[in-house]
Amino acid sequence: MQKITKEQLTEKAVSLLRDGTVTHVLGWSAGEFDYDITPAVFSDEASLRKSFVWNDFCGANFSKYLVSKTRGIEGKLLVFLKPCDTYSFNQLLTEHRFDREKVYAIGIPCEGMADIDKVKAICGDGISSVNCDGEKLLVQSIYEDAPISVSPSDVLAERCVNCKSKKHVAYDELMGEDGDVLDSARFDEVSRIEAMSPDERFLFWQNELSRCIRCNACRDACPACTCEVCVFNNPRSGVENKSPANNFEEQMFHIIRAFHVAGRCTDCGECSRVCPQNIPLHLLNRKFIKEMNECYGEYQAGETVGSKSPLTDYTLEDLEPGEVFDRGDINA
Amino acid sequence: MQVKEYKPLIVAFCCNWCSYAGADLAGNNRLNYPAEVKIIRVPCSCRVNPMFILRAFQRGADGVILCGCHPGDCHYTSGNYFTRRRMAMLFSMLDFLGIERERTRVEWVSAAEGAKFAATMTEFAEQVAALGENKRLEDLRCKK
Amino acid sequence: MRKCSLNSLQSVFGKIASSALLYLPVDSADGRAVFSKWDDGTPLSNALNTVRSPKDFFFPQTEDLMRFKTEGKSIEVIDVREETEDFVVFGVRACDVKSFDILDRVFLAEPRDSYYASRRDHGVIVSLACTRPSETCFCSTFGIDAASPAGDVSCWKTESEMFWQANTEKGEALIKKIEELTEECSDEAVKEQQEKTARIMKKLPLAGLNTDAFGGGKTEELFDRPEWTELSEACLGCGTCTFVCPTCQCYDIKDFNTGNGVIRYRCWDSCMYSEFTKMAHGNNRLSQKERFRQRFMHKLVYYPENNDGLFSCVGCGRCLSKCPISMNIAKVMKKLGGE
Repeated sequence: MQKITKEQLTEKAVSLLRDGTVTHVLGWSAGEFDYDITPAVFSDEASLRKSFVWNDFCGANFSKYLVSKTRGIEGKLLVFLKPCDTYSFNQLLTEHRFDREKVYAIGIPCEGMADIDKVKAICGDGISSVNCDGEKLLVQSIYEDAPISVSPSDVLAERCVNCKSKKHVAYDELMGEDGDVLDSARFDEVSRIEAMSPDERFLFWQNELSRCIRCNACRDACPACTCEVCVFNNPRSGVENKSPANNFEEQMFHIIRAFHVAGRCTDCGECSRVCPQNIPLHLLNRKFIKEMNECYGEYQAGETVGSKSPLTDYTLEDLEPGEVFDRGDINA
Repeated sequence: MQVKEYKPLIVAFCCNWCSYAGADLAGNNRLNYPAEVKIIRVPCSCRVNPMFILRAFQRGADGVILCGCHPGDCHYTSGNYFTRRRMAMLFSMLDFLGIERERTRVEWVSAAEGAKFAATMTEFAEQVAALGENKRLEDLRCKK
Repeated sequence: MRKCSLNSLQSVFGKIASSALLYLPVDSADGRAVFSKWDDGTPLSNALNTVRSPKDFFFPQTEDLMRFKTEGKSIEVIDVREETEDFVVFGVRACDVKSFDILDRVFLAEPRDSYYASRRDHGVIVSLACTRPSETCFCSTFGIDAASPAGDVSCWKTESEMFWQANTEKGEALIKKIEELTEECSDEAVKEQQEKTARIMKKLPLAGLNTDAFGGGKTEELFDRPEWTELSEACLGCGTCTFVCPTCQCYDIKDFNTGNGVIRYRCWDSCMYSEFTKMAHGNNRLSQKERFRQRFMHKLVYYPENNDGLFSCVGCGRCLSKCPISMNIAKVMKKLGGE
């Protein structure tokens, strides 16, 4: 259950539309089954009242939409930002990807989002509705007479289980209370893979990456991937490709994509959320974040606007590339 | 029947200002280094983006070495400092994916270090030869 | 109709696999079903359906068409086509079986696609009736009965038995092969299951979805509808919907330079991509709205117009569960259908 209600957000949006502070609202639009929520731009009160929704399935990170949705509008766009979204928001500002003047950002608290696949693992297929209003999720299935009660913590999305921060780092206005940066266990899985032998690691990633269908959802949902034309779509780049033709192409795409966002990735987890094949892509990004933290000092992309990422910076005493493998004292 | 001895293919990216001149000096001094080392001249070690390294492996390289000016001596002041960070991160990612860490290396070679260039290449070629063919980052389409 | 007990299913699979490659939905390590090759003892998944559709068997994501080898000034053209091995795909759901009709009309029309045709000739499809459809299912919208799937052989799985019914010559041959392991039976149990499934189908949330507003000849009526803007607003332009779709059949033909020659291959393409059907003059659909509209107009208007009213959607629901922003054909149909 979220601490802030859909009604509070709707009233807020309506009042800002009415007094002219904003002309558009970027929000969530209800779908068919309570969990299939689509981001939408609302520009009038009626449509807000009809379709605006806020529940445990509003996972989409809106920051990237600001790049396209602030173009060509008169007036301001209201956007609701969960704590993790605010990091992407700042990072995009650092990269001058949208006009801050055109955005009215409201920070909203988030209790973590549910993963529908986890809900289905417990309740089975055939879910006709999910009620998120109480302490527990009430899942109604067409195969059961009574709703199944599910604890939100059992169906929390991976990225929310390892939430790095409940603190908003950017907003014009905050609704509810601000949280703190958390001491998350987000690098545990990376460490677990690091501890494997190279052969095991290779097999692990072969197994994961071989499922890739190259739909580009990870890239297209990623708030750090905002190139107008991606190098993998540009026939002139020499590496353009539309399909994971073989192992090499799969590795190439994912290594290069992770590298292109290294130092800019805020670890929002959108890549893994949208992957239709459930590839844990966030682990590649977290590996880079962990390495950069250990080698060049703690850095959180998007924590402040204008910060310099480790890969666009250097010191005279940096580790040599050969030394990154045996830096025992750094880990100690 | 004569069995063909396995010789690894090594791609060496050399910066124009120091390492390429170092390779030149090695040649002028008649220093031997393995003929399987193919040099690609780049304006600065910093010009090499991760795609270059991966593409070299795709096209059949068994090892890739990147040579640039010593830190502090970059012709463009700071290029090699960026190289140092980038390659450290790339190599550690390749290692994370289970690709042998011995296949990649960065070495700083100045224009005066012909001997170091030859010695580095000999030693790197031996190291890669010990690993055998690159199987984990290969593109079979390029092998036919 | 013939039947075998579920206990003897593995030996039936073994019999089938003795003369052809057998593929069936298998649970992967992460708990989702994937079509995999059967080996001794591989259990059949209980999942409703696979994430990737079985179109991969006939129209794989990438395939080499031909090769060119250069030597000096001469170019050798190499035909890479090989005779396909016989194979059986077991456990295809009714919706996915229907998708082959849709693909056939594209690939088997003149000029016949020999790559696809060869696989169709050598493939036997064994379908499996659904008993627990998901909320995302809407095959009935397109006249498909989930409880009586087509295919060369149709199967029904009950608590303890598997029922087999041949529909085609290829199917008869397969049933003949497993004759010793199955026994002739009445279709009572199957009828009972079908009735039960039919009752569930009526309860599905999308049961009321209909195609009245769509079909051939509706281009002018639908093309400029203002709703397209709103529907496509959040589309990321990724290819998830097209790549999990059992009926999407667009592909690109590309050349790969191997260093000593060229491989000409084809791979799936998506009308959602900005570089889709890019030509010398540039792109012919400049906005995501136009690309989005193309996909749904193709499925609901253009394809039926050219194919006797057959829609090129089978209601499998994969795009409903996989779209990163949860925009899909059901929402499009509801919106444009005037709900």
